Amino acid sequence: MAELTTLEEGIAGTVHDGDSVALEGFTHLIPFAAGHEILRQGRRELELIRMTPDILYDQMIGMGAAHKLVFSYGGNPGVGSLHRFRDAVENGWPHPIELEEHSHAGMANRYAAGAARLPFAVMRGYVGTDLAPVTRVEPITCPFTGEELVAVPALRPDVAIVHAQEADREGNVQLWGIPGVQKEAVLSADRALVTVERIVEALTPQPGGVVIPSWVIDAVAHAPGGSRPSYSLGITARDNDFYRFWDKLSRDRDDFESWMQTHVLNTVKAP
Amino acid sequence: MATTTEPATSGEVQTVVAARRLEHVRSVFIGVGRPSTAAILARMVHNPRLVLVYESGTIGAKPFHIPLSIGDGELAETADAVVSVPEMFNYWIGPGRVQVAFLGAAQVDRFGNLNSTVIGDYEHPKTRLPGAGGAPEIAACCQEVVVIAPHTRRTFVDRLDFRTTVGYGDGPGDRERLGFRGRGPTAVVTDLGVLEPDPDSRELTLTHVHPGVEVEDVREATGWALHVDDEPQRTPPPTPAELSALRELLSR
Repeated sequence: MAELTTLEEGIAGTVHDGDSVALEGFTHLIPFAAGHEILRQGRRELELIRMTPDILYDQMIGMGAAHKLVFSYGGNPGVGSLHRFRDAVENGWPHPIELEEHSHAGMANRYAAGAARLPFAVMRGYVGTDLAPVTRVEPITCPFTGEELVAVPALRPDVAIVHAQEADREGNVQLWGIPGVQKEAVLSADRALVTVERIVEALTPQPGGVVIPSWVIDAVAHAPGGSRPSYSLGITARDNDFYRFWDKLSRDRDDFESWMQTHVLNTVKAP
Repeated sequence: MATTTEPATSGEVQTVVAARRLEHVRSVFIGVGRPSTAAILARMVHNPRLVLVYESGTIGAKPFHIPLSIGDGELAETADAVVSVPEMFNYWIGPGRVQVAFLGAAQVDRFGNLNSTVIGDYEHPKTRLPGAGGAPEIAACCQEVVVIAPHTRRTFVDRLDFRTTVGYGDGPGDRERLGFRGRGPTAVVTDLGVLEPDPDSRELTLTHVHPGVEVEDVREATGWALHVDDEPQRTPPPTPAELSALRELLSR
């Protein structure tokens, strides 16, 4: 059963130095508040896993919290580059980072295999590209048809963290809108933390709602606005201006560090 | 905001030409930027029943505004169906249910292969680009691919620094050998003209030049000895209806 807790206690109880951590949310419902709390608690040497690193991992990489990044698209959606990610890869600042990259289809299948507790997933993909030789995929022959396919290894993060619109007092979670790969991420991980916009007496079924039962989650933390500048459909709107602002601010190391100091490290989350 | 009496810019022509390719298409897979603008324009002026599919899992989205990201709220709120990422790739993209895919890239070669990973060496890149995203499987599986890219020597290169996405590989027979189900790139729409693969050699060939552009301009902006069709056609200029719809869309 999920324990209803604060964001500070939720992060302290689930995320440790050296863990592999997947903070998921495909453009929508990105768990920014949880990522920021990981930074405030000073976690280091993390293996960060996420299909689309987005601004959140740009911040975590720029603050030196990650030794490795597992991903499939490292851009600022609709705007351009992630400058802290680029600086780490191109110049090793603040320190070099190991990359393991895949296609979206590969990452999605790796999560699904992890959720199913299978060792790998089978797909058509990667062949003929320069990606295949630099990442972890292997050819596999279909035992029924003889077709040559590709195997991608299951993702089994130590911790998955996702954001959702609501949870009930038992810790059952419901999210709606773009569902991304959040359910798969939660089910693939050893430990799972969910931050939510609101705690309700009872979940009201939503069109397209994805319900994650309390008993596969370790902790639920109330974090209103916790996906900003991403969004929680129906509750907060995506702050497209911030995504554009970040493109300018994050180009400069000093500007970046001073912004993070003021807006992330020196802030205290209300309990 | 430009009025319709002002002549179309090369970027506007590119968007209008891309939109025209969707006139008789059932479904199109799109990323953000010019591809998304072109597909929304196509729904406005050519094909109101066109199904827009975004990587975020929104199928049949009907955005009024041009979205900044592929996951903007308006896409989910207006979609016929919203599905998870594994479902998007395994049930919709993989089996080739989506007819046309619009893709962009930092580099394009003569066989329509694409690079969106690095400029320079992979281990020590000069420029680290975002990476593959959905492109490799989209290009392998959608029934056809239309590449949309700015026409410069920086983009149209003799040799890719990294082959992220396969077009026609090293030439005829490669897609079949790799087991791809989609036909591959049927056109590359640039701000100077349209390139289409030669039916035999699969090499991109200049078939259309946009208004005000000369064949020599296109050769000059291409990083290899560009094949030119015997009689390249002149792209019909944007109609007043196309141009006013595009400008109205951009001003929303």
